[in-house]
Amino acid sequence: MCSVMSPATAAIEVENLVKNYGPVRAVDGLSFAVAGGSTTALLGGNGAGKSTTIGMIMGLVLPTSGTVSVLGTDMVRRRHDVLHRMNFESPYVDMPHRLTVRQNLKIFGMLYGVPDLSGRIATLAGELDLTALLDRPSGKLSAGQKTRVALAKALINEPEVMLLDEPTASLDPDTADWIRGHLERYRDRRGAAILLASHNMGEVERLCDRVIMLKQGRIEDDASPAELIRRYGRSSLEEVFLDVARGRRENVA
Amino acid sequence: MSFSVQRVGALCLRYVYLLASSWPRLLELVYWPVLNLLTWGFLQNYAMASTNSTLFVGGALVSGLLLWEVLFRGQIGFSISFLEEVWSRNLGNLLMSPLRPAEFVAALMVMSLARLAVGMIPATILAIAFFGFDLARLGIGFAAFFALLVVTGWAVGLVVCGLILRHGLGAESLAWTIMFVFWPLCCVYYPLSVLPAWLQPFALALPPTHVFEGMRAVLSEGVLRLDLLAAAAALNVLWIVAASFAFAALLDRARDAGTLLSSGE
Repeated sequence: MCSVMSPATAAIEVENLVKNYGPVRAVDGLSFAVAGGSTTALLGGNGAGKSTTIGMIMGLVLPTSGTVSVLGTDMVRRRHDVLHRMNFESPYVDMPHRLTVRQNLKIFGMLYGVPDLSGRIATLAGELDLTALLDRPSGKLSAGQKTRVALAKALINEPEVMLLDEPTASLDPDTADWIRGHLERYRDRRGAAILLASHNMGEVERLCDRVIMLKQGRIEDDASPAELIRRYGRSSLEEVFLDVARGRRENVA
Repeated sequence: MSFSVQRVGALCLRYVYLLASSWPRLLELVYWPVLNLLTWGFLQNYAMASTNSTLFVGGALVSGLLLWEVLFRGQIGFSISFLEEVWSRNLGNLLMSPLRPAEFVAALMVMSLARLAVGMIPATILAIAFFGFDLARLGIGFAAFFALLVVTGWAVGLVVCGLILRHGLGAESLAWTIMFVFWPLCCVYYPLSVLPAWLQPFALALPPTHVFEGMRAVLSEGVLRLDLLAAAAALNVLWIVAASFAFAALLDRARDAGTLLSSGE
């Protein structure tokens, strides 16, 4: 399913987005929209502009030109009006190591104004198999456990928009698959829009309705995983990724 | 969404959890003020036995030292709480949460006061007990001096935090060293008249200079100079407004440079 949203229904809307870092153009005229209840992947090699694009959608990076809105709110000027309705997970950030998992979740729950916070933490701990870890310091957890805690933080406020950067990095295949299932169920139950950046092609094929392939800050292609595989005459999304990254388009239908 | 006391409380709770989980952090808060006090306090006791200089009247040296610690620790307490977020790579989480910059700053101010209390109360008790620090003599002036110095510390801390946001941990050393620029200029241990004439206008632009002059007036003449308090307060208003604009501008520069998500080296 590759659904280009109308502006009226888009949870995330990006138009003619450009970002220059000095003489380097990191993002070059991106336009796309992500609908509620859908999962879209940003794919591309290192330096393709994924992180910068996500940073601009979060409002943490200022665009050089173009517009970004989330749930109808301009993220450059009015991001605080909508931040309580979105959340994110990224390997570039961490939570304080000395605090326990429960303390960290409590603080973020308070920041997001979550009602019945104790109940919400208990529910998330049950769903993400964190109950036995709640009173352990976050720094003592394994990489996979930390990823689950980061996901719990990203879900603490039941966001309508989630931005995920490598959401199953460091997880064993079984746990990663379980997390993907959890994200799918959450998206369907909440009608949330999920935008993720990942280098795990299996994950993208499983989770995403739509893939935006980026190269040198531009959209190189934009379709569902199945459509991209068909279009490039390949048997997997990984092969499509390599074709795009290496500029091989001779097989494109 | 408007300013939220709950979000300020949430961030303060985070720092309380952190301090409570780490006794070395708590010890560090007390360690330096007490160590400084002992060194300078014993020097004062020795000097008072051999001279009658006005430097030592009413425990002026120890009073100056304690108030200097308020200025220094006020800034450090503010900046270190902020640095804790950078060190733990938590800044991105906070900046992506509904926490507003003004709420973040308010939490840093609250924690600066809390850290000051932990560090200064033991040092003040020691100063009263052993080194002739006369809190009653300073009276209400002490509260005014304390408040004025803390606000100056916050203004400097705000600029330091903005520079760390913009330039990453490369600017971290400023948090530890920037206040030492004030040390010779704001006349902690000697009157303004000791400075060369050309340097005095610079000293007078610093709010703490007026506070330390005021402290000496109370200790030597028993007079609380309201003109000095007013000058320090007016300068503080200018400093905190300028620091707020600088912080906002540096935050915008950091957003433009894309450094907020990867606030590190």
